[in-house]
Order: sequence, then C-alpha cells, then structure tokens
Amino acid sequence: MKKITGFVITDILKNKIILFYTLILAVFSWSVFSLEDNTAKGVLSLLNVILLTVPLVSIIFSNIYMYNSSEFIELLVSQPIQRKTIWSSLFTGLVIAMNMAYLLGVGIPVLIFVPDMTGLIIILTGMMISTIFISIAVLCSILTRDKARGIGFAIITWLFLTLIYDGLVLFLMFQFSDYPIEKPMVIVSALNPIDLARIMVLLQVDVSALMGYTGAIFKQIFGTSLGLIVSFGLMMLWIIIPFLISLKKFKNKDL
Amino acid sequence: MIELINIKKNFGKTEVLKNVSLMLDAGQCIGLIGPNACGKTTMIKAILSMVIPSEGKILFNGNNIIGDVAYKNHIGYMPQIGRYPENMSIRQVVNMIKNIRKYNSPIDEELWHAFGLDPVSDKKMSTLSGGTTQKVSATLAFLFNPDILILDEPTAGLDPLAAEVLRDKIIKEREKGKLILITSHLLNELDDLLTHVIFMQDGEIILHETIEDLYAGTGETKISKAINNLLKSIRK
Repeated sequence: MKKITGFVITDILKNKIILFYTLILAVFSWSVFSLEDNTAKGVLSLLNVILLTVPLVSIIFSNIYMYNSSEFIELLVSQPIQRKTIWSSLFTGLVIAMNMAYLLGVGIPVLIFVPDMTGLIIILTGMMISTIFISIAVLCSILTRDKARGIGFAIITWLFLTLIYDGLVLFLMFQFSDYPIEKPMVIVSALNPIDLARIMVLLQVDVSALMGYTGAIFKQIFGTSLGLIVSFGLMMLWIIIPFLISLKKFKNKDL
Repeated sequence: MIELINIKKNFGKTEVLKNVSLMLDAGQCIGLIGPNACGKTTMIKAILSMVIPSEGKILFNGNNIIGDVAYKNHIGYMPQIGRYPENMSIRQVVNMIKNIRKYNSPIDEELWHAFGLDPVSDKKMSTLSGGTTQKVSATLAFLFNPDILILDEPTAGLDPLAAEVLRDKIIKEREKGKLILITSHLLNELDDLLTHVIFMQDGEIILHETIEDLYAGTGETKISKAINNLLKSIRK
C-alpha cells in the first residue's frame, strides 16, 4: 500500500498543475490578509475563495487523474495486489497530495495571520472539504467508463453543492418564511458539506449575529462543542460513504 | 494446476463465456485458438481475476481464487494490448513492478537484453511503438520466473526477429515443465510449440485435446491445416 501511494504522490507532484494550485492558493491567502486590516474580514474573504476553488480543483483534478490512471490500475490488477489496496492507495495518494498543496498554500498564511481557534477551524474544514470532493471524484470515475460523462458528472456535483443547493435553500426559505423554519434549515444546511464548512467558520468569527434569528439558532446548535463534533462527523461521512461505494464497485469491476 | 468449473460471464446481455470447464496442468503448453470475440481474452482475464465471472469458480492448486491474490505470484501475464502509465519510462515501469512484487530469487532479465530494451529504457511509454510495448509486456511476463505463463497474442506486432526470440524463450520455459497458455491467430507459429490445443467458439470450448490426438484425428501434421480441417467438418 505504502509503495503504491508513494508512486501516486510522486506522479501527482511531477504534474505541474498541483504546484500551480498551491501557488494560486498562496497568492489568494497572502493578498487577502495583506489587504484587509481586520482579520475577521480577511477570514471571510478567504473562506469564500476556498469554498469555491478548493472543491472545484479537488473534484476535477482527482476525477481526471483517476481516469488517466486506468492503465496503471489495469497493470496493478494483473499483479498480486489486492484490489482494495490499489484503490485505497490511489485515494490516499490523491488526498495526501491535494492536502499538502492546501496546507502549503492556505495553511501557512492562516497560521501566521490567524493563529487561534478560527485559523485551526479554517485549515481543518478546508482539508475536510478537499478530501470530501476527492472522495466524490473517485466515485464519479467508477460510475461510468466514459470519461466525458464522468467529468461532466463531477462538474454537475460541484455546481449543485456550491451554487444550486444554496439557491434551492434560499428559495425554500422565502416560500416558507411565515413558518418557524429555523430547525429544518439547520438540518438542510447540515446535509451540504460546503454549507457545513461555511457555518463552522462563520460561527468562529462571530458574525452569526449578522444572520439574525437563524444565526442565533445556528450558534445555539453548531456553536457548542457537541455541534462541532457532529459537524465534523457529518463531514467524515461525506468522505467515507462515497469512497466505500466506489471501493465496492471497483472490487467487482471487469477490466 | 488451474481448474475452471462451469464459468459463465455476461457483459450486459451478451454471453461471452457459456459454461466453460477446463483443467490445465503443469508441463502443458496449450494453444487457445478461436475466432475473434469467442471469449479467449475474457477467459484469460477471468483466470487473472481481472474479469469477475458471473457464475462458476476457478481453482488454483485446489484453492478458490476469489479473494486471493497470492496465486498471481505464480503467473506471468502478457496482455494482448499492454496498457502502461504513459508518463513513465520503460525502466520506471519495470522497476515499479519489481518493487511491488516481493520477489527474492534472481530475476530473469534474458528477454530484456535479448530485445535490446536497455538502450531505449529511458523512453516514455507513450512514445513507444506497438512492437516495443509488446516487448516490455513480454519482459514483464517472464521477469519473475513464474510457474505459469499466460500469453495473449504474444507475437502480434513483433518483428520476425523479436518473435523468434520470444518463441525460443517460450520453448526454453516449456522444457522447465511450466504451464504455458498461448492464444494466437497465427497458427503456423504454434507448430512444434504446443502439447495441447483448445478450440473455442461463441464462448464454448469445442475441442480440448493433445496435439497427437488432433493430428491423428485429422490426418494432418500442421496445426493450421488440422484446425482448418476440423472447422470444415464442424460446419458440415
């Protein structure tokens, strides 16, 4: 397992795109903190950038990487290696490489400018988001042999979770604004990993007051340590479930 | 050594293998012959568990291969169309496979040298010609001195010289009492190589007998003619 993961990581690092990604993240982070005097504002700007770019790059890069590794996978399957090991190694390699890029690009400036709990939460949620979208990408790549369909499916998933989902939530909020919808809203938000990440960071920078009564409810539910644990638990499920489904599919795949 | 019991495989609605049962033993050199799309490659891939049979089981030395990978340590496989990571060089691919296999005995690099791969070993896999890729596949198949060699269209795309090198190597390994399974359309090449012939058609095994029986039954002394005779008699 270690050997194959090592091959995958060196292979990805040889790819210049991941270096470019690290650089872009670093430029974003450093400029956001240098331009804003108020770190809370800086955190919010950074959050928006992270929640848009990190999932996009993670899902598309990983998806294409999985498709491009089909030869590598075929070669390994004919060797005495468990399929589980092959699939897990590819996933782990992607997770380590992408998170290394994130830690170098975002982690370092955040630790310098926001060296407290908020900074830690940003780094942690960013890494979770990155891993979640790798997991979804890996699943998309096994669902169909057709590369164009697989990548299309990955893009639609990203679009849905980052933009369409929020639109739907907003629509529902307006439709049912006469009813006490705060509690259902919490559940609906908790189902989308990107919303979950956003709420977790927002509560840390204490701007939840700006969100009115819903913000107060969020604070009440997500602000506690139990809420934090549940949120991380939900994000872990977003990592584990897509990966396990893809693993099960890969074990029965004909090559 | 390898036993297939009632193997069935469907790809969607097409039945690729219909109830194939087979017994392959050490020391045999078996030619797997049949028209295109008769299920030869699927059967080979099932033995390597690259394709999971819909029904039936495959035994390796009496043990079911499902969930087992150690048995692949005994198999050298040369695919019909070798697909390798494109941005790796020949040397990197060979080293990677050496690295992944925990193999302590001396490595058999005869083909590596005989094919002259050393001078070109820094070329990327994506830039290789079909023939050179085949040479890499063949080298990998023989590298770990496996007890079983499964060669899917080994000489397709090889130049006559390289094909002769490979043929000599196959004969050499046969003398060591290994089990060798070859598929080929070039029946002339199989003369003096085989001990057994398997003829497949539409996912079924039509014929599985020794070369002597085949020659005796058809009154021929060449595999190509014997098979042609046989085909004619089947069609009638």
